[in-house]
This record gives sequence, structure tokens and C-alpha cells, in this order.
Amino acid sequence: MTASDGVPVSARARIALVLVSHSRLLAQGAVELAAQMAPGVLLLPAGGTDDDGLGTSYDRVSGAIEEALATTGGVVVLADLGSAVMTVESVLDLEDGFDGRAALADAPFVEGAVAAAVTAHGGGDLAEVLASAEHAGSTFAVPADAARDDASSGAPAPAGAEGGAVSAHVALRNPLGLHARPAAVLARLVAGYDATVTIDGVNGASVLELMKLGAAGGHELAVAASGPQAREALAAVVEAVEGGFGEA
Amino acid sequence: MTLDVAWADRWARLSAERIAAAKGELTELDRQIGDGDHGENLDRGFRAVVAKLDASERPEQVGDVLKLVATTLMSSVGGASGPLYGTAYLRAAKVTGLPELDPQGVVALLEGALEGISARGKAVPGEKTMVDAWQPAVDSAESAAESGASTAEVLAAAARAARAGAEATVPLVATKGRASYLGERSAGHQDPGATSTAILLEAARDAADEAR
Repeated sequence: MTASDGVPVSARARIALVLVSHSRLLAQGAVELAAQMAPGVLLLPAGGTDDDGLGTSYDRVSGAIEEALATTGGVVVLADLGSAVMTVESVLDLEDGFDGRAALADAPFVEGAVAAAVTAHGGGDLAEVLASAEHAGSTFAVPADAARDDASSGAPAPAGAEGGAVSAHVALRNPLGLHARPAAVLARLVAGYDATVTIDGVNGASVLELMKLGAAGGHELAVAASGPQAREALAAVVEAVEGGFGEA
Repeated sequence: MTLDVAWADRWARLSAERIAAAKGELTELDRQIGDGDHGENLDRGFRAVVAKLDASERPEQVGDVLKLVATTLMSSVGGASGPLYGTAYLRAAKVTGLPELDPQGVVALLEGALEGISARGKAVPGEKTMVDAWQPAVDSAESAAESGASTAEVLAAAARAARAGAEATVPLVATKGRASYLGERSAGHQDPGATSTAILLEAARDAADEAR
């Protein structure tokens, strides 16, 4: 089974997302955006009041979480403004049936949704998807250089690391470079391997950090991998970049 | 006079009437320091409450009525006052699972509501929010009950203190909620949430008067 853009639908997405906005259209739009990057994840919008006005509805939010929990192991909820957050908190507080399987992310709505969706697509559990959404805030706010320092200091030393570190350089073939969709493709790819991969120094499994590189067509990416599946991960990344992500 | 299920039902319906009458005033207050939807939102919520009451069997406990109000407000108000008042009525409902309330029961109801508002909005007194009406209402109700006042007197003390508390928000600078975006400029306006709290507690008192 494949989604419309040819990406295999992951059977590994254990976590669903519920996106809560004051606006029905905004929630729907965020679902659309995140779905393009993580087609294998169940994403449900809960926007607007019961009569589709601006605001949030307790019933819509609790209904969406309930629906998501019926087919997945957990739900990460993102909300846009103050009272949407309060509505979600009320639902999580008062609905006894959720048993801690639903959690609200303290994260920016759009960036958090995209990052969480990609992590969920990679098979992340509730805590991992939640952390990914919440990390999106700091990734979004700091310049790419700081994210790069962060990634290199946090990664295990590549040289001499167990499993061997490997690296390669590969030029971006597609004219638009590492924009949202290819960044998501790469991040999902990287997340599938038991390896630590950096691309131009940033965490290759983070869609937001990859996007922030602003790498344009023709740019040569420095890819480094370490860990048990370093070679396989490196080869897959190089192949995906050389293939131009299916873009002319 | 008893504060029973019939009183709770009257309180909810009178709240709807009073909020509808004050819709313009609340919206105007909110337009000055918020996003101008408080009157509209609460009116929609309480009209939904009345519709729900009309469609339901008369419950057996005061808390059942409060729970109906809570869940209806949460789903129909839209703005922040939905989860805030919703949580307030819900916490109040949890301590009023009784056929009627004595003075201590009224105090428990008010304390539950204040606790719910504070937990949901993470506000404390002095921040120019609903809490600035609820806190003095609870304090006055507690001291009235301690001095042996009747249920009606306890409610009346709470309503008076809530109104005074709302009026005392005028000089305050908001540090919570939408009005806090205005900083110093929020001073000089009465808080709409504290004002609607006063209206609701006055409705509670007047619903009790009508029971005599």
C-alpha cells in the first residue's frame, strides 16, 4: 500500500496526532501539511466550535482523541492559542478513559506538528513523539549554526566510534534543494536506521534542522554516519539525494 | 428557604437571562482589553445550557445541575471562559452531590469553583482575572458561614464580595490572559471575566431569593 506521493505507508506509526486550533481551516491545513511529510501517521483535526465558529470545542477535541485511541497506542495533541490549550487540558483532566495515553505538547503548532508527525512516522513512542514536538520550539527559534553546534556536541564522536564512522559528500540534484518535502523524506529515512547521521553537521533525523540548513540545489552536503547501521544509512541517504527525491 | 435542585435549575436559567442582558456590556469591556467576544461567547454558552436543561429530566442532586452547566459551557462557549467556567462548575459539582445545600455546602461549592478556575487558568489574585472576583467571594462566604449566617446570607455575602472584587480590578494591570498583552494600558478598565463572575453569583443569590 502506498500513499499518493509513492511513499510506502508505514505500519510502524504507533502514535497519532490531534491538531487543535481555534479555526477549523487552520487545523485542517496543519493536518494537510503534516500528512505530506508523514503519510503513514493518523492525523486528526479538531478545529473550531461545534457550529464551526472561531474557538475550540470540548466535544470535538475529546471525540478526536477518542477516535485516534481506538486504532493507535497513543495520541500527541498540539494546540494553537491559550484557550485551545485550556480546552485540551480540560479534556485530558476530565476524560477517565484515556489512561495517560494522550498528552499535550508544549510546542509551536505548525513546527511541532510537522516534527511530531515525522517522528511518529519513524515509529516513535508517545514520549519520543512528544519530545520531538517540544524540541521543535527551540529548533525553530535558534539559528542553524547553534543547532549545528548542538548536534555535534550531542552526537557520539564519529572517529573510532563502535561500528565505525563513515562519511560522504553528495550534491543536491533537484533545483529546489532541501525544502520541506525532501527534508522530511531524509529525516524519515534516517530514523529507520540504527545509526546517528549528521548532514552538514545537523541531526539528520530532524526535519526542522534539515530545513533550516537552507541547502539549495547544487549544494554539496556533508553526510556522516556512525553506529551499527552506519554504512546502510549512509548509502540510503546518498541514494535518495542522488535520486533528486523524484524531483526534476 | 432551601438551596435544592430547583434552586440550581433557577440559578442556571437566571444566569442565562442576566448574561443575555449584559452581553453588550461584557463585550464592550472585553473589546477594551481583550478580543471582544466574552459577552457573545457566554451568551451562546448559557443559551445552550437552558436548551439542555429543557431537554433533560430534572436531576436529583444540585451537583448534577452544575455538571450539566459545566459540560455544556465547555463545548459551546468557544473562548477561554468555556474551559475556565466549565472547570469551575465541574469542581463545584463534585462537592455538591447532595439534594440540598447548607451554609457549609455553599462554601464548598464556591471553594470548588475557585479551585477549578485557578487550576485551569493558573492565575492568582491581583492579576486582573476572574480570580479577583471568586477569591473575595469565597473569603466572604467562609466568614459568613463561620459566624452562623443562613445559606441565603452566605450567598448574598459572596455575591456582594464578587461585585466589589470585579470593581476593584479597574486600576489593576493585567498579567494573565489576553489583557496582559496590553501591559500598563490594561489599567483603567474593569475585567470582563471578573464582571461576569459577579453577574453569575448575583444570579445565584437572586435565585435563592425567589425560592422564599
